[in-house]
Amino acid sequence: MNVQDQYIINLIQKAHRIDGRGLEDFRKVTLEKNPIGQAEGSALVQIGNTKVVVGVKMGVGTPFPDTPKEGILICNAELSPLASPNFELGPPGEESIELARIIDRGIRESKAIDVEKLCITEGEKVWMVFVDIYPINHQGNLIDASGLAAASALANAKMPKLEGDKLIYDEKKTPLPLKELPIPVTFAQIKDHLVVDPSLEEERAMNGRITVSTKENGNVCAIQKGGDAMTMANIEKALDMSVKKGKDLRKLV
Amino acid sequence: MSTKREDGRGPEDIRPIKMEVGVIKNADGSAMVSLGKTVAIAAVYGPRELHPKHLQVSNRARLKCIYSMAPFSTTERVRPGPSRRSSEISKVTRESLEPALFLENFPKTTIDVFILIVQANAGTRTAGINAASLALADAGIEMRDLVTSVAAGKIDGTYTIDLAGKEEEATDCDLPIAYMPRIDKITLLQMDGDMPVKDVKGTIELAKKGCKILYEEQKKALLKKWAKEGLE
Repeated sequence: MNVQDQYIINLIQKAHRIDGRGLEDFRKVTLEKNPIGQAEGSALVQIGNTKVVVGVKMGVGTPFPDTPKEGILICNAELSPLASPNFELGPPGEESIELARIIDRGIRESKAIDVEKLCITEGEKVWMVFVDIYPINHQGNLIDASGLAAASALANAKMPKLEGDKLIYDEKKTPLPLKELPIPVTFAQIKDHLVVDPSLEEERAMNGRITVSTKENGNVCAIQKGGDAMTMANIEKALDMSVKKGKDLRKLV
Repeated sequence: MSTKREDGRGPEDIRPIKMEVGVIKNADGSAMVSLGKTVAIAAVYGPRELHPKHLQVSNRARLKCIYSMAPFSTTERVRPGPSRRSSEISKVTRESLEPALFLENFPKTTIDVFILIVQANAGTRTAGINAASLALADAGIEMRDLVTSVAAGKIDGTYTIDLAGKEEEATDCDLPIAYMPRIDKITLLQMDGDMPVKDVKGTIELAKKGCKILYEEQKKALLKKWAKEGLE
């Protein structure tokens, strides 16, 4: 364990954090809606120095055989070496796959997208929704930045017009059929303490991590725990706080 | 030379230019360049240790450039990951930047340049080169000159710079160059089209002229960040 990790752990015992935040404080969160004109919907989220851009693109494809009446959602995250000296080139690794799947589950399980409205011809043609997550600068808590950006990008997305087999991207009018805005909130367990929105330094010193995605009515729609064992008390705290923090973040969308 | 273009520009006008350095805090140097609706960001990491070791070059640094497009940057989604097109652009980008650097000063290391096209509307390779060159300068890596880049063509008999939108189909040729204005050397030159030699020469001259305009903008962007810190 390096000196900084030890320092963070020592601080946390006195309920202090390395950047002076309270245990339940997010860093400054900003959201820019639709910065990318070519995307159907997009958002740029900054949490402290963490920067993530998410773009939504739509296309037409064949439905899965077991869901012939439903549109398709595909979430993909690309941890480009542009965003951090620790990211490497090559096929998606564990970390980017986990990130994409956490965001995917939040959207899917909350039934955020009304997939039945994305059916064009049953069993033959449906809309495909691509959510592409691109971190630009990684300074911790990519999950929350990505989740918030994805929610905003979907909420502000306009579908291209479909004429026969052709997609007309110049005429985007109809909003995406959206029913929910799932928002993930991530906590780090450092020693036995729980902090919200871990920075990169805290992620290095943490021994566990938990992400809880919640819906507008306060229901939980996805959980992902990582790392070491966690006490029930901390899990309960994370569940309670995620609803409150989720509500605040949802206002930005 | 008076024909109006679809976006109202004159034939020698470049689209609205925006440049900013230091947009990616993690990187040693970074920049964003937008030309109209084309937006490129670039990050430079290095000079840093090169692994695996057998890739190291004993008497100079390796320059690595990776050009990629975000899937949401175009009208139809681009599949993420490398393609034949992006590999070629990565190569010519590297070759357009190498002549500006003193790679021999950093033996055995690597200088990594990552270019991401966030929004594409023609001229992405040239926007990428402009951003990469700025990012290298922002990283404090010594350079012979800034590399600046733009494409030109000839539409209805008129030399036209910084082609955008439908102009790419209307032009007799698409000719991107990268250029070091101070030492007057060209580092990238590609062309596809059908044109006599005289016209090719004319197109290159116009592109050089455009590069000089971008050069001034690049210097302004660097000064905006660095002059504040007393390094003017």
